[in-house]
Amino acid sequence: MLEYRMPSLGADMESGFLREWHVKPGDKIKKGDIIAEVETQKGIIDIEVFDDGTIGELLVQVDEKVPVGTLMAMIIPPGEDGEIKETPQKSAAPATTPTAAEEAWIATEPPPMAEKAAAAEHHVRASPLAKRIAEEKGIDIATIHGTGPEGAIIREDVEHAITARVAPVPEAPKEAAPAPPPASPPAPVAAEKPAPPAQAPAAPAEEEKARQATGASAETIRMAVAAAMSKSNREIPHYYLETRIDMRRAMAWLAETNKQRPVKERLLPAVLLLKAVAKALNEVPDLNAWWENGLQRKPAINIGYVVALRTGGIMVPAIHDADNKSLDELMQTLNDLIPRARALRLRSSELADSTITVTSLGEGGVETVFGVIYPPQVALVGFGGITDQPWTENGMLDVRPVLTATLAADHRATDGSTGSRFLTAIKNYLQQPEKL
Amino acid sequence: MATSLITYRECLKQAIREALQGDERVFLMGEDVGHYGGAFAVSKGLLQEFGPERIMDTPLSEAGFTGAGIGAALGGMRPIVEIMTINFSLLALDQIANNAATLLHMSGGQLNVPLVIRMSAGIGRQLAAQHSHSWEPLFAHLPGLRVLSVGTHEDARYMLAPALLDPDPVIIFEYTSMLNLEQELQPVEGGVDISKAKIRREGKDISIITYGTGVYKALEAAAELAAAGIEAEVVDLRVLRPLDDETILASVTKTSRAIIVEDASRSVSVSSEVSARITENCFYDLDAPVQRLCGAEVPIPYPKHLEDAAVPQPAQIVSAIKKLLQHA
Amino acid sequence: MTAEEIKQALLLRLKTIAPDTEPAQLQPDDNIREKLGIDSFDYLQFIVALDEQFGIQTPEEDYGKIQTLQELTEYVGARVKG
Repeated sequence: MLEYRMPSLGADMESGFLREWHVKPGDKIKKGDIIAEVETQKGIIDIEVFDDGTIGELLVQVDEKVPVGTLMAMIIPPGEDGEIKETPQKSAAPATTPTAAEEAWIATEPPPMAEKAAAAEHHVRASPLAKRIAEEKGIDIATIHGTGPEGAIIREDVEHAITARVAPVPEAPKEAAPAPPPASPPAPVAAEKPAPPAQAPAAPAEEEKARQATGASAETIRMAVAAAMSKSNREIPHYYLETRIDMRRAMAWLAETNKQRPVKERLLPAVLLLKAVAKALNEVPDLNAWWENGLQRKPAINIGYVVALRTGGIMVPAIHDADNKSLDELMQTLNDLIPRARALRLRSSELADSTITVTSLGEGGVETVFGVIYPPQVALVGFGGITDQPWTENGMLDVRPVLTATLAADHRATDGSTGSRFLTAIKNYLQQPEKL
Repeated sequence: MATSLITYRECLKQAIREALQGDERVFLMGEDVGHYGGAFAVSKGLLQEFGPERIMDTPLSEAGFTGAGIGAALGGMRPIVEIMTINFSLLALDQIANNAATLLHMSGGQLNVPLVIRMSAGIGRQLAAQHSHSWEPLFAHLPGLRVLSVGTHEDARYMLAPALLDPDPVIIFEYTSMLNLEQELQPVEGGVDISKAKIRREGKDISIITYGTGVYKALEAAAELAAAGIEAEVVDLRVLRPLDDETILASVTKTSRAIIVEDASRSVSVSSEVSARITENCFYDLDAPVQRLCGAEVPIPYPKHLEDAAVPQPAQIVSAIKKLLQHA
Repeated sequence: MTAEEIKQALLLRLKTIAPDTEPAQLQPDDNIREKLGIDSFDYLQFIVALDEQFGIQTPEEDYGKIQTLQELTEYVGARVKG
């Protein structure tokens, strides 16, 4: 039996509400399949599985609040079939963290249904008072971590859970995963816009609908960003580096390339920047890392790309394996990710896997970004706008499209020389756009 | 210090003297209460003060003089019968259980027995197994009796008067180990309420429910716990029969936790009964299982260190509570 | 296709691309991207949609000519067939 537990979808995530199971006991699943939808502060997230197998038992009910790390489902590895047919009703079992005893009955002779449900219920060790308060407050006792005698849930635990529900205070989960990052202020227009699309010329307001449906509001997203950024500023000693990059060749190459392409296949400057960052990370892998009890380099380069929401807040979907994607593939990825980010429909891996963050604020008109790292990442790359500026080269003065690139990096993890090599590498790659 | 210190023994004596002075129907009878001044010197000097008709030495026959006390009570007197130590009370148990406790009921409500029986109980004076018993639960089991336990100087001084006013038989347990203990004493007008348990210290984290020698031990433990940030409430049961459910349950409802402390051995004890009532009545207010600290299930040993080890001590109360609250 | 029809089609398209905005409130001379907060990505999606809907080709170098609703309506009007 494999255990499927609630994944962390960001350092600021404590729990989420299960909104839908996409599978039922007996369903065959493959690694990467979406098995459930979980509502978080950042909207409804499609949750993927990490193993192949068969769904054995669903341990969490729809609309339950599920803390990160809670056992959600049992998965039978390939070749270990059979039990499912004998216990088709297991999904009725309440959400509990199974003890050894419970696992034992899963693994051995299944007792009759009723006994099993009762047994599972008894595994919630909680004081009568804790149970009563939880019931009064509408909290599923099984989702609460007990700190009482022998791990029993006591009043204090329930009260903490209530407090946490009212005002989520992010802690630093051990396996923290990145999601929404830094620097980007909300899109500039957002505040002025009255919300309801009153006399809108038809067209379903997908984004708005999605938010209403998911319960993720500008406010909850704001809180998520606030929590992550506060933690970052509190814990990470940032250092900042800045460099100006001549973008003449890159922009010329891009214009020429786009001219030959139908509008659907045109590239945006952002993909050049992303590819340059990815390649530079191959040279300076210390910046493609998490800081968790020391520097943990990450084998895959997953760039979190900041998407500003018009109503405020940001989403930061991960572009997986950016260094192995061609410019066209990067553009396709953006075409897929950005609308889903705006509609708050991202997948768990897209929220959890980023190893570095890129924020591009040039369109708002700024030149320089001083970023705030998204923990537990150790670096954030900021790009300003590309503007015509005086430029000297070989003693000659010229006007060139110039981009200011900055690095905000964690001084616990790396030093300025590392960051400098990285920015220089980006600059060099952007001088040879055809090779990107 | 406004009030001077007074011994538990002196409190008992003053209570008896006051009763004798206040009501001519009151008299004291028992073994060696007169000329000898009482086995524990509680009634010393009273014979000289009140004379042999009111301070009566009796033969060594508990059944006889307890029965005589019942007869006197039926006849309109207000006798105080002293049973020297609790072990001898079994000799009088037939009179207590079959007569004193039942007459009101068997007479269809016609015959009250306004008798007070005092007896020395508990352990702590190296009197060994024969004289060291905590048999409060035996008496608390009997319908028809009111059973009181004198756990403080206040009750030693002010419990006798209301007991004598009770129209039905009252058993009062006094504790030999506390006789020389000195405390301050605040006056209580009109005696204490012998229908109610008493909160001896307020707290919000746990209720220590106890009686008799457990009261001062619990207060000592509560003071030590306070230093550790735990606010324990000390409930002195005081009335072992009929139990004051109201006070017990209110305290536990407030604190959500209870530990019951008594010298009597655990099995079928006062703590068993209190624990059951808590669980029956405020289960949904409990944040932890009800705990009990009781006497060891052994005849009380003679050596001092073993005698001490046979009943709960303040350090054990402290550690049991810390374990419950801090999960240490 | 009248200018008004084109304009309504454009507004509908903008609303689809950026659902939380109010294209209907655009004045003829407002800069569309600035007013609605449309970034380059959204803008590209918009151009793609326009080209598909009206059957036209909008080269990158023309982007500067179609910054307002007025300009855009005229630009599309001049190119749309029929």
